[in-house]
Amino acid sequence: MSTSPPPLPPDDEMRGIFRTMTLIRRFEERAADEYMAGRIGGFLHLAIGEEAAIVGTVCALRPDDPLTSTYREHGQALARGSDPRAIMAELLGRSTGLCGGRGGSMHLMDISRSFYGGYGIVGGAVPLAVGLAWAARYRGGDQVAVTMFGEGAANQGVVSECFNMAGLWDLPIVFLIVNNQYGMGTSAKDAAATEDFFPRAAAYGIEAWKVDGMDVLAVRTAVSEAARIARDEGRAACVELLTYRYKGHSMSDPDTTRSAEEKDRWRARDPLITFERVLLGEGVMDAEAIAAMRAEVDQVVDDAAAFAEQSPEVPVSEVARNVYAYPWNDDPRGSALVSP
Amino acid sequence: MTTPPPEVTYRDALNQALREEMHRDESVFLMGEDIGHFDGAFKVTRGLLAEFGEQRVVDTPITEAGFTGLGIGAAMAGLRPVIEIMTVNFALVAMDQIISNASKIRYMFGGQASVPMVIRMPGGAGHQLSAQHSHSLEAMFTHVPGLKVVVPATPEDAKGLLKTAIRDDDPVIFLESEGLYGKKGPVGGDDDLIPFGQAVVRRPGRDCTVIAHSRMVWVALAAAERLAEQGIEVEVVDPRTFRPLDLGTLAASVARTSRAVVVDEGWPECGIAAGVAAHLYEACFDLLDAPIGRVNSADVPMPYARNLEQAAIPQPDDVVAAVMATMAREVPR
Ligand SMILES: Cc1ncc(C[n+]2csc(CCOP(=O)(O)OP(=O)(O)O)c2C)c(N)n1
Repeated sequence: MSTSPPPLPPDDEMRGIFRTMTLIRRFEERAADEYMAGRIGGFLHLAIGEEAAIVGTVCALRPDDPLTSTYREHGQALARGSDPRAIMAELLGRSTGLCGGRGGSMHLMDISRSFYGGYGIVGGAVPLAVGLAWAARYRGGDQVAVTMFGEGAANQGVVSECFNMAGLWDLPIVFLIVNNQYGMGTSAKDAAATEDFFPRAAAYGIEAWKVDGMDVLAVRTAVSEAARIARDEGRAACVELLTYRYKGHSMSDPDTTRSAEEKDRWRARDPLITFERVLLGEGVMDAEAIAAMRAEVDQVVDDAAAFAEQSPEVPVSEVARNVYAYPWNDDPRGSALVSP
Repeated sequence: MTTPPPEVTYRDALNQALREEMHRDESVFLMGEDIGHFDGAFKVTRGLLAEFGEQRVVDTPITEAGFTGLGIGAAMAGLRPVIEIMTVNFALVAMDQIISNASKIRYMFGGQASVPMVIRMPGGAGHQLSAQHSHSLEAMFTHVPGLKVVVPATPEDAKGLLKTAIRDDDPVIFLESEGLYGKKGPVGGDDDLIPFGQAVVRRPGRDCTVIAHSRMVWVALAAAERLAEQGIEVEVVDPRTFRPLDLGTLAASVARTSRAVVVDEGWPECGIAAGVAAHLYEACFDLLDAPIGRVNSADVPMPYARNLEQAAIPQPDDVVAAVMATMAREVPR
């Protein structure tokens, strides 16, 4: 183990990391407003507090490394560079949305940026990432598949199946266990037999370890190393990112079970605040530059919200589109019926 | 290119389809339990490991949810996985992957991704395998938009439909019948694909339409022989795929005969027979001379004892009785 901390990323990348974390935070705060105004339906899961885990991961990957996530995935899409307008329009269920209004907040995808989607069944997307890794190796490519899922998902049987397959077949995959310490209202302590989750992957011969998921540079370093193991050594790796979400599980959760004292403790470690200190301390940005960046991000978010609100609804006549590669007919009562 | 022998088993017809499509397209690979070194639980994949190697014929751990999900992910990345689930009974532990992922991905993400995969699996009762190993789950899969559901009854259909399934850009549930693997018949060649959504008339007749699929086609044909001895000519129609369903051909037959019986090895409640009958009522109620009959397995978990099992699954006599009831019009008006 090396003792000295790794060198800081180049200044440009440092600024980019800060901007993306800020964008995710502001975007999600605006999404919460849109939800409260009744313009967003369904579930809305915010990752506020988890920005370091998201951005530290994405900036450690190549843009063509396939990535999957959970329903808490606005940040992954933003970090991969998807258009904030299209994301907000998807949240509002508009025709200009990233997925044409069919997926909503839980199911963003931008395949042009190798973001293979957010999925709503806890643990259910993990085998898809194993398949993406399989496909990369099958074709002789050097992409690394990456899947982010919660510590709650780590209790699902299919996740253990995936650790086994990835260990058995030495697949180029990185499993990222985003341990925000709660699955809805249940503390991980009340749901898991062990405190740490990464040893479960290690049990299948996968190199696995845990890092501070509130420290974006620590996440970046760990995920870079995990991706290196997967890409260069052709075997799976797993990193547990210890983090915290500041809001309830979703917008419909009043968040009454977690203590104020606990929340304050984690808020003191807010990744945006701590990274801002690093930027100032290292002289990468000064207060003025940071204020200017915030204003620019706010404008992007304002523009995204305005765009989404003004976007047209999806024509109801298109409800049966994309059930199949080609439709037999457009009748929603029988999208696979060859009519008399 | 060797000409295939004139008569092959359903099992070997499937094997031919796999081999031909693997030769044609490098992105096709096979994955499942015991399909390589063991040649498959039903020997459908015999010889393919030796021919194509371990990269393309993959023995898996017993982990159906895991490797079904793997197949979906690989398909999203553009490969064409053919996943063998040893029997349909074990698909139940992979149902989340099939329903929540495979069937949804194209639609839910606005058409950005495809899942061009095939999940092959045999099902059906008749071998005294008792309650947990005898399912016919056509109705469960047919319930789900986004899946295609294929149910071949003959070696020719097994081959031609499997080739179509492998080339299709959507997830295809390919339901084989354990009772048909040894059935012999002619098969098509390399280029003989059978399109989805085309029912076929297995036996023409003027008096009553009998709709049956997979092994039930043979039960229906046996019943048709017996009925013919009594002067009743039934028309046996095989839908071949339930998604898409060729309602046009089914309804045209019913329009000719004015009577229909639907035979299905699954359970009666909300089953295939019920669904097909509902479509026919909507399409040709005015043309019917009698209520549509249904022949299903008994509404029980499949029993082990031979006599009980035989009583619980549709037999030719059950089809004969259903047709006779339909012909007799013994119905309250
Ligand atoms: C299979 C399944 N069971 C239950 C749920 C309901 N549910 C949604 S999120 C969630 C908690 C998941 O916790 P975790 O995996 O730690 O991720 P987090 O939400 O904390 O990001 C639950 C129980 C679900 N979506 N899927």
